Amino acid sequence: MLFYIIKRILMTIPVMVVVALFVFLMLRLSPGDPAAVIAGDYATAEDVERIREQLGLSEPIVVQFTKWLGQLVQGDLGTSIFSNKPVAELIAQRIEPTMLLALTTILFSVFVAVPLGTLAAYRAGSWVDRVVMLFSVGGFSVPVFVLGYVLIYVLSLNLKLLPVQGYRSPFTEGIGPFLAHITLPTLTLSVIFIALIARMTRASVIEVLEEDYVRTARSKGQSEFKVLLRHALRNAAVPIITVIGIGIALLIGGVVVTESVFNIPGLGRLVLDAVLARDYPIIQGLILFFSFVYILLNLLIDLSYSLLDPRIRY
Amino acid sequence: MTAILEIRDLSVSLPPQADRPFAIKDITFEVNAGEIVCVVGESGSGKSVTSFTVMGLHDKRALTPVAGEILLQGQNVLTASDAQIRRLRGEKMAMIFQEPMTALNPVVSVGDQIGEILEIHTSLSASERKAKVIQAMTDVHLPDPEKMYRSYPHQLSGGQRQRIVIALALVLEPVLLIADEPTTALDVTTQAQILLLIKELQERRGMGVLFITHDFGVVADIADRVIVMQNGEIVEQGPVDQVLGAPQHPYTKMLIGAVPSMDPPRREEATGVPALSANHLDKLYGNKGMFGKGRVVHAVDDVNFVVRRGETLGIVGESGSGKSTVARCVMRLIDPTSGEVLVGDTDIATLREDRLRPHRRDIQIVFQDPYRSLNPRRTVGQSIVEGPVNFGLDPKEAMERAQRLMSIVGLAPEALERFPHQFSGGQRQRICIARALAMEPTVLIADEAVSALDVSVQAQVLDLLDDVKDKFDLAMLFITHDLRVAAQICDRIMVMRKGVVVESGPTAEVFANPQHEYTRALLAAAPGHRWFDKAPA
Repeated sequence: MLFYIIKRILMTIPVMVVVALFVFLMLRLSPGDPAAVIAGDYATAEDVERIREQLGLSEPIVVQFTKWLGQLVQGDLGTSIFSNKPVAELIAQRIEPTMLLALTTILFSVFVAVPLGTLAAYRAGSWVDRVVMLFSVGGFSVPVFVLGYVLIYVLSLNLKLLPVQGYRSPFTEGIGPFLAHITLPTLTLSVIFIALIARMTRASVIEVLEEDYVRTARSKGQSEFKVLLRHALRNAAVPIITVIGIGIALLIGGVVVTESVFNIPGLGRLVLDAVLARDYPIIQGLILFFSFVYILLNLLIDLSYSLLDPRIRY
Repeated sequence: MTAILEIRDLSVSLPPQADRPFAIKDITFEVNAGEIVCVVGESGSGKSVTSFTVMGLHDKRALTPVAGEILLQGQNVLTASDAQIRRLRGEKMAMIFQEPMTALNPVVSVGDQIGEILEIHTSLSASERKAKVIQAMTDVHLPDPEKMYRSYPHQLSGGQRQRIVIALALVLEPVLLIADEPTTALDVTTQAQILLLIKELQERRGMGVLFITHDFGVVADIADRVIVMQNGEIVEQGPVDQVLGAPQHPYTKMLIGAVPSMDPPRREEATGVPALSANHLDKLYGNKGMFGKGRVVHAVDDVNFVVRRGETLGIVGESGSGKSTVARCVMRLIDPTSGEVLVGDTDIATLREDRLRPHRRDIQIVFQDPYRSLNPRRTVGQSIVEGPVNFGLDPKEAMERAQRLMSIVGLAPEALERFPHQFSGGQRQRICIARALAMEPTVLIADEAVSALDVSVQAQVLDLLDDVKDKFDLAMLFITHDLRVAAQICDRIMVMRKGVVVESGPTAEVFANPQHEYTRALLAAAPGHRWFDKAPA
């Protein structure tokens, strides 16, 4: 097991190098002079020259790449062209809202979706099942920005239950304001994940309910609730966990829109601002950071399998 | 004697689209304290529906009890509330199932699974529960219960799992045990042990046992009384000696007559040319881990044989003996680790895939499960002609060949247009045989080809295999765990255990005078030995 973890961690190194190479080439292979592209249409010749110097674009490409990798290994993701701050620092500043939003969304989604999916599976074919599946299809189909504005309109503007926009840190501004501000974006983002997870839970539990050991559990005189909880859900867990993992990965993409709609100063906004400003070092740094998070997530998901199912051993 | 279970005029209806209105119709019988009642019948006889309805575990969407009553110590199970039924399950009646591999929850330790039933029905403390579980595991003769308590099902053998299921069923000392084909999925030696265990526990506790089986051998070994069911109705019932010794109903007579004899007929020695031989065949599974740990299983260990055209060689063994691995190696479905596989004169053991392909048609196989070895979305005709067409035969000629083969295997040529689900198990196995023959092979491998079939159908398919072997002058490799079947069809047999051939020779000689102790143990463990094979040895 330990051996497997070490192996998996070592395996992330080549993957990260490939990602780094891709990110590096993304700028260099774009048509035209990268410095001019970054500087934009209205830049002066001096601006372009300054950016070229800053990015070290005048050196041979192999030298550039090795230098850049060397910096990366030391945790140096480069410097923002516009704010002149280290990219690592910018990411660190923006990481809290994004991570907390991802966390509240996933927790809320799982707490709603797993019981809902299980119920739909248990009553497969009934009206409960149909309602859950209808919601599920709906949840897939509504774009995040539409849903976000609808929720703002109803819950904030009409009913005046929640603040419209913004973010309050639970660490510096207290848990109450944090919850008030995080609720709407959480609801907005959760809908699609509830749909996704509920669907997978339903399919997985329906399959497990056909298994012989569920019949054995009933033959013991076990109640239906405990049959579901102890025997069905635990065995249905592996695909559910997988989809939750995929959900978290998708979520990181989804926060870009949500953070814009709700004006939350997180990584999603940082991505958006950097793209609009063509601040390549930030974009590169964020891609690398997100890739790392994906790889880490995958490792955690794989490891969780062996906790859920004693037959899976690495 | 007091009746523990009384079933009176019970009828259970099937959904409207089924082929008959009732799963079981007007059945009446009882199970008394201290007796084992066997319900015997083929698939579709309603024997399992009967047992599941008693437990209230029948599929409630498809099956509805419409008449009669089921009295468990006087209480009508059919009118009991859900809560009452749940209390009866485990406390008064318990059930053991056919598939020990799937009857236990794979992610919960076996000790906890037995403990769960105590948690539901008693107010014992955790430590008292554990003590009781260990006692129950000791009662079913499991080795080292303290340690096994924490094991998961996949770490145990099939026999051990079935003992766990029995311990689980009996921990609260129910008055009625329902056993639904509890030994069908087990090896013959394990089956003998489990039957002995059920009998021992039943005698010690004086409970009633309702034992469902399709196997008259098992009936002969365990039953006090026998109930024979056909198409949902009871056709005959009575004490075991009476039903087996002087069966009244033609269906009972037919079933008993279809039990293959363990007394193999004398057969001519085959003199055809060798069609398939294996020399020093070896197959290793697993690999040495990075630090040289790892586990290596010697699945096939230095196996040698020759099968001549017109001859049937049986490979007999229990699960894990390597018999199926041999079949897969000689077909090159898996690659042997070392050794030679000669088809005619060519060694195919190490041929590259592109060189191997022309030889593929020479060896064809019929698998165990006729329900899964045909593609459900292709017509029977498409499945049969696919192989010959791949080898360049004109599709029209292939179809003509398929039509000829259908009449040889006893099916109408029109059946080629239909899909596999429209056929019964025996018919599907005939289709699989036709599919194999369409390739015009020299070697036919039958891998447990009749094991999934009812005993009456089994006899017909065995006859068919024997016929086509003669007709097409085939060399047949017949793989089975069932000694009775082997006795009927094989000219010579090889007995395998743990990858090694322990004994081989002409079938009649091996049965009459087994040399190896393992062969003797296998022969002795065959169910119904006392009853059906009184004369020999």
